[in-house]
Amino acid sequence: MNNALLLLAILSSSLIPGLIIFTLPEPALRLRTTCNMAGVLTKLVLVGVLFQRVYQGTLPELRVPVLPGMELLLHADSLSLLFLGLSAGLWLLTTVYAIGYLEGSPHRSRFFGFFSLCIFATTGIALAGDLVTFLIFYELLTLSTYPLVVHRGTPQALQAGRIYLAYTLAGGALLLFATVWLRSLAGPLNFASAGILFTLDASLHADLSLIFLLLIAALGVKAALVPLHSWLPTAMVAPAPVSALLHAVAVVKAGAFGIIRVIHGVYGVEFSMTLGLLPPLAFLAVFTSLYGSVQALRQNDLKRRLAFSTVSQISYIILGIALGGPAAAIGGLVHLVHQGLMKITLFFCAGNLAETLQIHKISDMAGVGRRMPWTMSAFTLSALGMIGLPPLVGFVSKWYLGFGALEVGQSWIVVFLVVSTLLNAGYFLPLIYRAWFMAPQGRRNEDWPEKNGLETDWTLLFPPLVTAALVLLLGLWAQAPFSPLYWVQLIVLREYGQ
Amino acid sequence: MILADFLLAQPWFVWLILLPLGGAASTFVLPRRVAPIGFCCALLILAGAVFSVCQLAATGSLTQAAGHWSAPLGIVLRADGLAVVMLATTAGVGFIISCYALGYFPARGHEPSRARYFWPLWLFVWAGCNALYVSADLFNLYVTLEIVTLAAVALTALEGGAPAVGAALRYLLTSLVGSLTYLAGVALLYAGWGTVDLSLLSQVLTEDPLSRTAMALMICGLLLKSALFPLHFWLPPAHGKAPAPVSAILSALVVKTAYVVLLRLWFEVFASFDRAMTAHLLGALGSAAIIWGSLMALRQERLKLLIAYSTVAQIGYLFLVFPLAGAETAATVWTAVILFMVAHACGKAAMFLVAGTIQQTAGHDRISQMAGAGGPIGVLAVVFALASVTIIGLPPSGGFFAKWLLLNAALATGQWWYCPVILTGSLLAAAYVTRVLSWAFLDVRRNVCPVSSRVMKWPPLALCLVALLLGLAAYGPVRVALTGAPVTGHVLVEQRP
Repeated sequence: MNNALLLLAILSSSLIPGLIIFTLPEPALRLRTTCNMAGVLTKLVLVGVLFQRVYQGTLPELRVPVLPGMELLLHADSLSLLFLGLSAGLWLLTTVYAIGYLEGSPHRSRFFGFFSLCIFATTGIALAGDLVTFLIFYELLTLSTYPLVVHRGTPQALQAGRIYLAYTLAGGALLLFATVWLRSLAGPLNFASAGILFTLDASLHADLSLIFLLLIAALGVKAALVPLHSWLPTAMVAPAPVSALLHAVAVVKAGAFGIIRVIHGVYGVEFSMTLGLLPPLAFLAVFTSLYGSVQALRQNDLKRRLAFSTVSQISYIILGIALGGPAAAIGGLVHLVHQGLMKITLFFCAGNLAETLQIHKISDMAGVGRRMPWTMSAFTLSALGMIGLPPLVGFVSKWYLGFGALEVGQSWIVVFLVVSTLLNAGYFLPLIYRAWFMAPQGRRNEDWPEKNGLETDWTLLFPPLVTAALVLLLGLWAQAPFSPLYWVQLIVLREYGQ
Repeated sequence: MILADFLLAQPWFVWLILLPLGGAASTFVLPRRVAPIGFCCALLILAGAVFSVCQLAATGSLTQAAGHWSAPLGIVLRADGLAVVMLATTAGVGFIISCYALGYFPARGHEPSRARYFWPLWLFVWAGCNALYVSADLFNLYVTLEIVTLAAVALTALEGGAPAVGAALRYLLTSLVGSLTYLAGVALLYAGWGTVDLSLLSQVLTEDPLSRTAMALMICGLLLKSALFPLHFWLPPAHGKAPAPVSAILSALVVKTAYVVLLRLWFEVFASFDRAMTAHLLGALGSAAIIWGSLMALRQERLKLLIAYSTVAQIGYLFLVFPLAGAETAATVWTAVILFMVAHACGKAAMFLVAGTIQQTAGHDRISQMAGAGGPIGVLAVVFALASVTIIGLPPSGGFFAKWLLLNAALATGQWWYCPVILTGSLLAAAYVTRVLSWAFLDVRRNVCPVSSRVMKWPPLALCLVALLLGLAAYGPVRVALTGAPVTGHVLVEQRP
């Protein structure tokens, strides 16, 4: 297949099923599922083809003129594929999970339609070859996730939707302004690994620093950087598959990916260092991480605790990028995938608890491990991964982050990593202890009926088990060919040329 | 080949004026066939508009002297980029509105008289708009403006009843004051320079007290007619009280006619004048309109009034063009304004049409009672959402790129204070649209509503898609719009030191 056509096909593999699903009547369950799975599987195959081409060094691109002097650019490089691979893979699992989770609930055509559009926008973000294209898909993502956040249709959901829109649209407006400004100074903003701004006149450096600040503030809304994170815990009223998608694949990751693109694609690491922009960002990331962890300690609602954990974990990605060295960049980039795997498992498991046993609060989780051993095993594995226990994937990320910090002479980061790990342990270990080792209070096993011998529906159980297995296997064989770490090393190798 | 030459040689834009006029006249002869006649006219106009776009792309701007009498004596018609884009937009939007009106004014319903009055008046408005776009002299512009206004006033009163007639009367009086003020300016210019032809005037006109007074009078008159804040008081009641297809006609097309005249004056006739103060005044009023209109839209309890106030806000954006049009950024703002007008015409017409369908299905247009519109109104909520994308200015709509270009011009001319206005307007628009849409997502049991006819559901969707995808396909329309435009320079401005 032609390279440009391949990119288009990858985009439409989520757009077209989404549009078809909108038109399907509510009871057409089988047709809808077929449509969904056809899109998911087509996409996986196409992304596989793209992986192979990019690995061999061809970088497909597609240009569409929109205005005289402006064109939209879709472009696949190794960094795009990191994000694209993550979203395509997890889309499969989340779709399976969502089909089980929403069984029998109303408005499913609407839900799966927007779900596919959301993946379409994420794909576009991954494949965007310049900042303008990125902006377009970034805003589309906002639009397509709003209906998912308010899907339940309760007043709380609508309120959360309003807050979500207020934050993300304000961020979007800021991003638009910063992009227009930057483009009017620098011309086309095509991503290039060394950055494109270092050629500009020195008199513009003050403007460029200000634009950087605006860009980070705009992207920081979705990446949930403190103090722009408040929408994230509120948006927890959404159904579990949506939370999983928001946290692991789409929204939060889009913000983080945008920051990576701004630093690695537009400004360039070296130039950002010259302007002195990265150290403040690293401080902000550290602060966000600590703040998120401390807040997570205080939550009793399981999903809210996981949400604050996301706030904390996403800033590892930002930190890795902001440190500026190659090893730290590996740590940050690989955490994009690793955090996605761990967090999606945690949300799947939280959804299982809520859906099967109506458990939403951590205080109600006592003894739940006996009733749902598989779910809780997956949960435990991912939580330990989040803490950074070897040989799980979280350890790999933290190892490279610490190593990278020492490489650039920022040894205090290691202290931060230790403190952060302790905090992570502080909000996950009591929970694990409660689930496995405490006796159920006021409930007996008979109160928790089982379904067909399984602890819950297989569509709900299968996805978290797969992701939890990946959390273990990708940690054990981190250096295996085409593991996330292998691929990230390839990205950094291509960029730093070492 | 011969056929192609023949088709290219036809003065299509003249046919676009004669067709609706002929249609309107024939509805008087055949009063029972008004709807078929009107719809056939709409179809033919659409075809003619397609031809004139092709013609412009192939041969460039065209002029046609009526009766072969040339400029100082006769009437010259001119189809340049602006005119053809507006002709095509009016044809597209008008066609969809005509489809919708077939369902909205059923010929055999309770009130056949409404259909009987609607079609000829609508065709008159259409003829007036088309004639206005291609007019190349000040007096002709006045005449066409009056045709549009008078027919539009009558359309506003179509609903009958005291509120509608009151709104129509207020619209009529305001419009007449505006027209007369404009006419006074034209008279002054004619007295001073002996011609009303746009291009002749732009060559001979010098800046003196007389011509400055004329400019002030003409601009004031046109501001009143295009409802710029604070002269917008007549617009919300007129657009809110009229039947839905009429509201769509008024908001999407009629308001823009006066603005097109203003564009012609500003960029052609008075292009050489020192107008910095006027430009800043217009910019300030435009900014105030954006903020005020959006805030008022946020406070409305009725859907149609909300959309009408949204129009007040959107008109404000059009007036930012004047201060932002610098020496380098003229092409930028020209492109921006044309994209904006096209996108707004499509988006706003779709919004009003959807509001009309909701009103018919639900029996009212109170926003607070639209809860749970997921049922029979579900499709409409989706169409409304799609239409609002361009009104908010989110990608990939035409409104997005229009705002992009405005921001670019503001930064390039160093007038950064317009940027927060533009962005705040977007956010406020998002807020008032969300107010409507969040009701659609609220999960409540609802009473069974009558199902609306298909022509009232699906045509607005076509308009939404045009507005939504205009951004991605803007290259062609922008090229057309810049043909024969009185501006030069790059569309995207870069300022490298």
